[in-house]
Amino acid sequence: MHITEGILSAPVLITGGVLAATGTAIGLKRLDYDHVARTGLLAAAFFVASLIHVPLGPTNIHLIMNGIVGLLLGWPAFPAILTALVLQAFFFQFGGITTLGVNTVIMALPAVFWFYVCAPWLHKKNPWPIVAAFICGFGSVLAGALLVALALVFTEENFLRIAELVVVANLPVMIIEGLMAAFCVAFLKKVQPSLLPGYTGDRTTWEDKP
Amino acid sequence: MIVEPFASGDSAIHKTDPRLKIVFATLFSIVTAVAQQSATLIVALVLAVIFVLAARLSIRLVLRRLIIVSGFLLLIWLILPLTYKGTPAVRLGPFTLAQPAIVLAAHVTLKSYTIVTVFMALVATMPAATLGHALERLRVPAKLVFLLLMTYRYIFVVEQEYRRLVRAAKIRGFRPGTNLHTYRTYAYFAGMLFLRASERAEQVTRAMKCRGFHGKFYCLSDLSTYSLTKSMLAVMAAGLCVLAALEWS
Repeated sequence: MHITEGILSAPVLITGGVLAATGTAIGLKRLDYDHVARTGLLAAAFFVASLIHVPLGPTNIHLIMNGIVGLLLGWPAFPAILTALVLQAFFFQFGGITTLGVNTVIMALPAVFWFYVCAPWLHKKNPWPIVAAFICGFGSVLAGALLVALALVFTEENFLRIAELVVVANLPVMIIEGLMAAFCVAFLKKVQPSLLPGYTGDRTTWEDKP
Repeated sequence: MIVEPFASGDSAIHKTDPRLKIVFATLFSIVTAVAQQSATLIVALVLAVIFVLAARLSIRLVLRRLIIVSGFLLLIWLILPLTYKGTPAVRLGPFTLAQPAIVLAAHVTLKSYTIVTVFMALVATMPAATLGHALERLRVPAKLVFLLLMTYRYIFVVEQEYRRLVRAAKIRGFRPGTNLHTYRTYAYFAGMLFLRASERAEQVTRAMKCRGFHGKFYCLSDLSTYSLTKSMLAVMAAGLCVLAALEWS
């Protein structure tokens, strides 16, 4: 989910830049140095996850996983996603410099929003954690696609059709991301529940267990 | 595989101070992104191409990267002229094409290619570690630079982990298709990546503490092996002046 360089107008680019800078500043503030390594490694995992292509009918789509990154990190998802985008631009040139802010907001803002909505449900009784995870994965892509559409329409009213198309075309991606997030959370709850936010139980890792 | 195809080389661009390249590429991209005049955009693309030639990048590789960018542009070319509201329209057989839409699509295409090309020529022509060091010198928050370098360091490790998981699944006869089993398997891959990343992060943090880490990351590189020549500075300043003059005069 990227907006290509050169499309958006100056006001939209500036708004995106300011929002991304604010989010990143808050994220960095909440990130103490003991957790920089964790955030960096999760950003690396987010980067690699975006290289995973899953089949969808005759074609395939690549994962986004911004919802899970949000669940695992909270506000520091902003600097983590910004970092991953900088490296993506650096390695693959999917984007350049001017859309960095907008693209960060498109992925990180939904991630933080759904973190606040879904995190409290992750340690409730089944099936709530799975439902919350599905909503988080689905909603993060939906909100991202809506932000893309918003950025396009604010740039030029005639982009409305393209904006609609972006949202509709991302519907299958939303469903798959929702499923992925649900399975992923189910997996983490089984293997290492302390990774998920709000965990209060036993903190021994799977390596410590007999 | 994750590689940095443009990072090494011995052209004048590769030898130029990375701070100058980052600052210039940023200003150049911003001017291009906000420009409205066709002349400005054409000159900007020409300048970007000159930088690519000066950096002696593989043209084939540069073109391949530009093709990836073209997907969304193609969508704009296909949809915008048919849905654009406003006159004057050009009749072309059964279709009516709006002229401003074609101009707009052309501008977007020029901007897109220019910004990505200049990024390849100036920013991708340094090692990622140098990018981090240069950003640190440019007063980007130290914590963010640390995070960037940390992420860069572990991208390759995490990718190896991913390849290992895929190999193991393949050996067990996993064949991806459009079904729930496939999605569950990929979700477990992703979960495993996040899990292993967290586990490793704990080890890394402990190892850093054992080596005396106390909350500051020191960038030792002073970038003194790079040159800040007056001619390069002059070329870049002149390029920006020409663009600004074309756009706002």
